[in-house]
Amino acid sequence: MSTMTDTHDDHDHHDHKPTGITRWLYTTNHKDIGTMYLWFSFAMFLIGGFMAMVIRAELYQPGLQIVNPDFFNQMTTVHGLIMVFGAVMPAFVGLANWMIPMMIGAPDMALPRMNNWSFWILPFAFAVLLSSLFMEGGGPNFGWTFYAPLSTTYSNDSTAFFVFSVHIMGMSSIMGAINVVVTIMNMRAPGMTFMKMPLFVWTWLITAFLLIAVMPVLAGVVTMLLTDKYFGTSFFEAAGGGDPVMFQHIFWFFGHPEVYIMILPAFGIVSSIIPAFSRKQLFGYASMVYATASIALLSFIVWAHHMFTTGMPVAGELFFMYATMLISVPTGVKVFNWVATMWRGSLTFETPMLFAIAFVILFTIGGFSGLMLAVTPVDFQYHDTYFVVAHFHYVLVTGAIFSIMAGAYYWLPKWTGYMYDEGLAKTHFWCSLISVNVLFFPMHFVGLAGMPRRIPDYSLQFADFNKIISIGGFAFGLSQLIFLVVVIKCIKGGKKAPAKPWDGAEGLEWEVPSPAPYHTFSTPPEIK
Amino acid sequence: MQQVDRPDNNKLIRKLVLIVIGMFGFGFALVPLYDVFCDITGLNGKTSNTAASAKNIKVDKQRTVTVEFLGITNKNMPWEFKPQNRRIEVHPGEVKLVHFYAKNESINNLVGQAVPSVSPGLAAGYFNKIECFCFNRQPLAAGTETLMPLTFYVDVDLPADIDTLTLSYTMYDVTAAVGFESPHSSQTGE
Repeated sequence: MSTMTDTHDDHDHHDHKPTGITRWLYTTNHKDIGTMYLWFSFAMFLIGGFMAMVIRAELYQPGLQIVNPDFFNQMTTVHGLIMVFGAVMPAFVGLANWMIPMMIGAPDMALPRMNNWSFWILPFAFAVLLSSLFMEGGGPNFGWTFYAPLSTTYSNDSTAFFVFSVHIMGMSSIMGAINVVVTIMNMRAPGMTFMKMPLFVWTWLITAFLLIAVMPVLAGVVTMLLTDKYFGTSFFEAAGGGDPVMFQHIFWFFGHPEVYIMILPAFGIVSSIIPAFSRKQLFGYASMVYATASIALLSFIVWAHHMFTTGMPVAGELFFMYATMLISVPTGVKVFNWVATMWRGSLTFETPMLFAIAFVILFTIGGFSGLMLAVTPVDFQYHDTYFVVAHFHYVLVTGAIFSIMAGAYYWLPKWTGYMYDEGLAKTHFWCSLISVNVLFFPMHFVGLAGMPRRIPDYSLQFADFNKIISIGGFAFGLSQLIFLVVVIKCIKGGKKAPAKPWDGAEGLEWEVPSPAPYHTFSTPPEIK
Repeated sequence: MQQVDRPDNNKLIRKLVLIVIGMFGFGFALVPLYDVFCDITGLNGKTSNTAASAKNIKVDKQRTVTVEFLGITNKNMPWEFKPQNRRIEVHPGEVKLVHFYAKNESINNLVGQAVPSVSPGLAAGYFNKIECFCFNRQPLAAGTETLMPLTFYVDVDLPADIDTLTLSYTMYDVTAAVGFESPHSSQTGE
């Protein structure tokens, strides 16, 4: 990708921005909104992380010690919802807001007022969801997948609050996705053809289409749940002619593309960072684009691999097994390209690169356990065990979240104008890397040995491994506070960052000074 | 500031909003699609809700199939509900009459609706009911009991690898939805 500019943005106008709280309430600036998204997602990450600590504290030893089983179920449910919809997705939207306009040479997002709305409805959605935990009867306790009839016949009275909060989250995501598509399609600087766009922009464009396609289906399924529970419909009630298994089909028709929504932007971030610190062009740019698109398309025809144990005919099981395994081909192309980019590069190992390399290795481990789960006959053993928990935490924590950390360190100098404390950042990396593996790797073993997920108590033979897992969990949770310290220190000051702090980095975002001025590319750059 | 010619945002936004609305509708369209798909393939063990004809059935005396019966009550249904015989042997094509026993153990008049399911699911299409209490709602006054008939035959085309069929009924309380009528008016289900 050669995106060279010959006219620099000349910043003749001053950074005039309103001050005080109204700056943040009324802002339509993509950088302000990006910042708010990132802080919001970090706050949610800490809240969801605290719930994980409650879960791990309860599982530290067998028996019931700290919380009752119902509250334990509320913790696993809300932990999942917060992390998926509150931490990972808004973090990627925040990065998209900050970086996409700068990467394509646009002055702002295409729909800045809607952008303000998509952010500001989010705090309300999560306030509604979290407040339900304090209501009589407690919050949602049916798992983040809210399978009927757990979420209809057997759910508690606060379910309506859960449904409305999911509606608001969905609206926010859909508005954000429309904004990203319109920005990328219409706002590119002259000369920025599709095949010159940075991969982060490409992966986000495809992610945005996935969001537009499946978030309405999620809105539909929670609406059916709402009417089943409160208005006497029978979508999922066998007595009225419905079918609870149909819930799972509709949910996973949303749910499987959803997991790619949480990983495709990560591919884009890593594809920016690895070339920068290898001082080489990305290997196989075009194949990366096609691989991302094929993963997105395949994600629509694999949903029932989450449902092998519901009693599907063999033909269906075989179809979903083979379709799922097919996804490992484009994913393998990507992993191969990242490794080939590093091959014979002049590598340096600053914190963004460390997180990116850890991403490649650990995400691949998560991919392999995913392949194991795709094999129908063995899935009957793994289904609903800690093996599944290990799998999706490898792809979401060491995958999605590690890539967000990598991206945050990579672009922090651009955001704040200062270099972050490299020593402290590396401490954060090594503490996270070790603790995350202590936390999630043993889950494979207890899962294979038969420990079920979402259970507050367990058989004695799992005690030792669970103690190790919990210790890893507490260590990983505490390590993230180091990240908070690094970010705050970096905002307050430090070594001045040049416009391009990483000498191998490419892209328009490095053509503007650090910190990026409030308005960038009011005059579009020319791309040759 | 230099003006750039940019494509019209509104056109693109309209298209994207149409996709959003379309996909919201698609989520609901999956409900009838799912039923049609299950009807065609017989995948989820749902048996037909209409009576089969008993005329001109060939009987395959060479083959014997075991048919097992299960009666389950839904969580909030205070009935005793069970088959008179747990299992019978039939020849494919042979018409059989069995009865299910139900007793309303509560102090309220209740209406029950039995929902059938056949396992293995692919056998559902070969299980033909000539007369079934599940075709109608079953009113039962407080404290009374009844025997409910099921006349059926197993199709001779039942795949050779299936030698046991399980027919399970779950009895649901539908009183709140339909209201209680006189317990003797529709007992026969005709």
